[in-house]
Amino acid sequence: MLRYLSHTIFYLIVLLPLPSAAALRVFACEPEWAALVGELAGDKVKVDTATRPSQDPHYVQARPSLISKVRRADLLVCTGAGLEAGWLPLLLRKGNNKRILAGHPGHLMIADTVQLKEKPVELDRSEGDVHAAGNPHLQTDPRNMLPAAAAIVDRLAQLDPDNATAYRENLAMFSDRWQEAVLEWQLMAIPLQGMPVVVYHRSWVYLQYWLGLKEVASLEPKPGIPPGSRYLADVLSRTQELPGLVIIHSQYQESKAIEWFSGKTGAPVVLLPSTVGGTPEAKDLFSWYENIISRLLKASGRGDD
Amino acid sequence: MKHFFLSVVAITLVYVTNPAWADDQEIEQLRQQLEQLKLDYKSKIDELEKRLQATEQASQQKVSVAPAGATTSVDSATKNTFNPDISVILDGRYSYFSQDPEAYELPGFMLGGEAGPGERGFGLGHSELVMSANADDKFYGRFTLAFGVHDGETEVEIEEAFFETLGLDYGLSFRGGRFFSDIGYLNSQHGHQWDFTDAPLIYRGLFGNQLIDDGIQLSWLAPMDLYLSFGSELFRGSRFPLSAEAGNDIGAYTLFAKAGGDIGGSSSWLAGVSYLDADTVGRASSGHGHEEDDHVPPEFSGDSKTWGVDFVWKWAPNGNRRQRNLQLQYEYYHRDDDGILAEGAESGSYQGQQSGWYAQAVYQFVPRWRLGLRYDALNSSASGSDAELIEEAGLDNEGHKPQRFSLMTDWSNSEFSRFRLQYNRDESSPVIDDQWILQYILGLGAHGAHSY
Repeated sequence: MLRYLSHTIFYLIVLLPLPSAAALRVFACEPEWAALVGELAGDKVKVDTATRPSQDPHYVQARPSLISKVRRADLLVCTGAGLEAGWLPLLLRKGNNKRILAGHPGHLMIADTVQLKEKPVELDRSEGDVHAAGNPHLQTDPRNMLPAAAAIVDRLAQLDPDNATAYRENLAMFSDRWQEAVLEWQLMAIPLQGMPVVVYHRSWVYLQYWLGLKEVASLEPKPGIPPGSRYLADVLSRTQELPGLVIIHSQYQESKAIEWFSGKTGAPVVLLPSTVGGTPEAKDLFSWYENIISRLLKASGRGDD
Repeated sequence: MKHFFLSVVAITLVYVTNPAWADDQEIEQLRQQLEQLKLDYKSKIDELEKRLQATEQASQQKVSVAPAGATTSVDSATKNTFNPDISVILDGRYSYFSQDPEAYELPGFMLGGEAGPGERGFGLGHSELVMSANADDKFYGRFTLAFGVHDGETEVEIEEAFFETLGLDYGLSFRGGRFFSDIGYLNSQHGHQWDFTDAPLIYRGLFGNQLIDDGIQLSWLAPMDLYLSFGSELFRGSRFPLSAEAGNDIGAYTLFAKAGGDIGGSSSWLAGVSYLDADTVGRASSGHGHEEDDHVPPEFSGDSKTWGVDFVWKWAPNGNRRQRNLQLQYEYYHRDDDGILAEGAESGSYQGQQSGWYAQAVYQFVPRWRLGLRYDALNSSASGSDAELIEEAGLDNEGHKPQRFSLMTDWSNSEFSRFRLQYNRDESSPVIDDQWILQYILGLGAHGAHSY
C-alpha cells in the first residue's frame, strides 16, 4: 500500500506540468494591489485576488481555493501590518511554496514601503483588534500608491528580468499620470477640508489625513468590536450638534448602527469604496479615488461651485 | 481666470445697480478680498505641489533602498521575529449531567484517551499553552502543552511538539514530531476551535476523542486551480487507539486526500477521504464504568483498518462572514478490527466492525451569535470465540445503537472570546442522559490564524 502510494505521488509529480515560466503569477491579497499590478504589468502577469471588494479583508478565511492559488504564485502582494493576520500566515504555511515566503523576493508587504500611522503606544487587546505595526488601511491615501508601485516593479523586475525594462517604463508612465491625478483630486477636494466625519471602522485614517477631514467618532467602540447601544448613545450625544456631519462606511461594513445613527442625527450616510470595485463607479485605480471624492462632495453638499 | 472674470462682472453689477452703496472704498475692499482669494488659492496649489514632490522623492528613495535579491525585510505579518508567538487558551465550563459521568458507557466501543463526557459541576476544560515560530528560513515549529484536570489532579500533556518545513520544492511539505493526524476534518483542529464543547461520538468511540501520535508526515499540494492535496503519516502508534508495540517498527500509517474549492462568491467546500492502518497490540478500554475497578479489561491485538470520508460546506453572503454565515459538516468512519481479545491467560478470536457518523449545521444569524445543531449515530457488530471477553471489553453493543442530539448557541465578543451553552440528549447507552454545558473559551496573546 505504502509503496503504491509513493509511486503514485512520484508519477504525479513527474508527469504533472510544472508552472510554465512564461507568465508570472501574482497573488494579491486585496483588489487595489491587483489593480496596481495590472497597471504596471498589464498582461505580462496573471493576477489572482484573495479578497473581493465585497469582503472585509480582516475576516477572510484561509479557504482551499486560496491555498491552491498561493501554491502556484510567484509574487505575493499584500498590505501587511497585520491586516491579513487572520488568514495569510496560514495560507503561507499551507501553500507549500517557498517562493512567496517572507525573506524571498516573491513576498511583498506594501506596509513595509510606506510610513504607517497610529502605531499603538500600548498593545492590549482590551483596545480591540489593534494592529501592532500601525493602522493598515493605507490604501485610502493615493500618495501611498507611488512607493507601492515602485516596490512592485522592483520585485517584478527581479522575478522576471526579461520584462524588466517594460515594467520600469510602465512605472514611469504610471507615476506621471498618478501625480497629475492626485493633484487634480486634491483640488477637487479642497471644499472638504475640515469636514467632520463619523466613521464605522477606523479604516479611513489615511484618507482623512490626505483630505483634511476631521474624524469626530467611530461607531465601533474599539476596532473589530461591534457597537452596543450605550456606546452609540454616547457618540450621539457628542456629535448631535455638529453641523455638516457626514457618516462614512465602506461597502462591506453593513450595520444597523449606521442607519440608526443617521436617523438620529439626520447626517447623510455615504458609502465609500474602500478598494477598486467597491462601488460600480470605482472601476480602476483612477476612478476609485475620484469616486471617493465625488461621493464625499455630493454627501456634504460642499461640492456645488 | 473664470473666477476673476465673474468677480469683475459681479462688482460691476453691484456698482451699476446700487450706485448709492458702491462707493470707491467698498470697491477697493472687494478688490482686496479678491486678491487675497487668489493668493490663498495659489499658495494652496504651491503647497500641494511641494507635498507631491516630497512624496515623489520619498518614493524614489524607497526605490533606491529597495532590496536586491533575497530581502531581509521584517515580515510585517509576524513582526515579533525573535520571540515565539505565545498564546494561552482558557477553557472552563459548568456541566450538569442527569446521569453519573463516571458510569458513562458507549456499548460496542472501547473508551480510551480522553473519551467521556467530562465531570459534573464547575471545572476546567482543556487549557492550552501554545508557542510557535519559524525556527529559521526553512523550518517552523510548534509546541503545545495541554492542561487538564482529572479527579482533582492537574495533568500536563505535550499535545503537539513538531517541526514543519517551510516550502520544500514541488509543493511538498514535511512534518515530524507529535501532532494531530490530518485524517478527517475535525481531527487536526484543536478542541477550542470545535463548534461544540465535545467531540463527535464517533471520534470518542474510535480515536479516544482525537488521533494524536508521534511520527512523520509528508504531504503534497497539486499545482492546479482545484485544491487537491495528498498526504501520508507514519506513526509510532503507542497511544490509544493505535496501541502498537514499542519497538523499531512503525505501528501505524495513514493516507489521506483532500479536495476543495469555491462555488460562486458565497460558498466554499472541502472534502476528504482518509485511511488508517494499525498493527495493534493490547488496545484496552481505560474507560469508566466497567464494573470492577481493580479488574484489567481485555485487550485487543491484531489488524485494525479505519477509513473515513468528510465533507464541509461553508456559506457566507458575498463571502463576508462577519454578518451571517452557515457551515454544514459531515464525517463518516468505519473500522474493521481482526485479531484476538486477551485477558490474562484467557483469549479468543475477535472480529469487529464499528462505524458512525455525525452531521452538524452551525448558523451565525447576527454578528456574534451562532446557533448549532448536531446529530451523532453509531453502529457496531462484534463476533468471536469468547462472547464473555467481548462483553467485558465493552465491544458488545448489547443491542443498542448509540446516538446523540446536540443543540448549542454561542456568543463571541471578538475573535478572542466565546461563551457557549450546549444541550445534549445523549443516548450513548440505553439510559438517556440530559447534559447541559456552559463553556467559556478565551484566547490570550498571539493568536494564530484558524484553519478552514
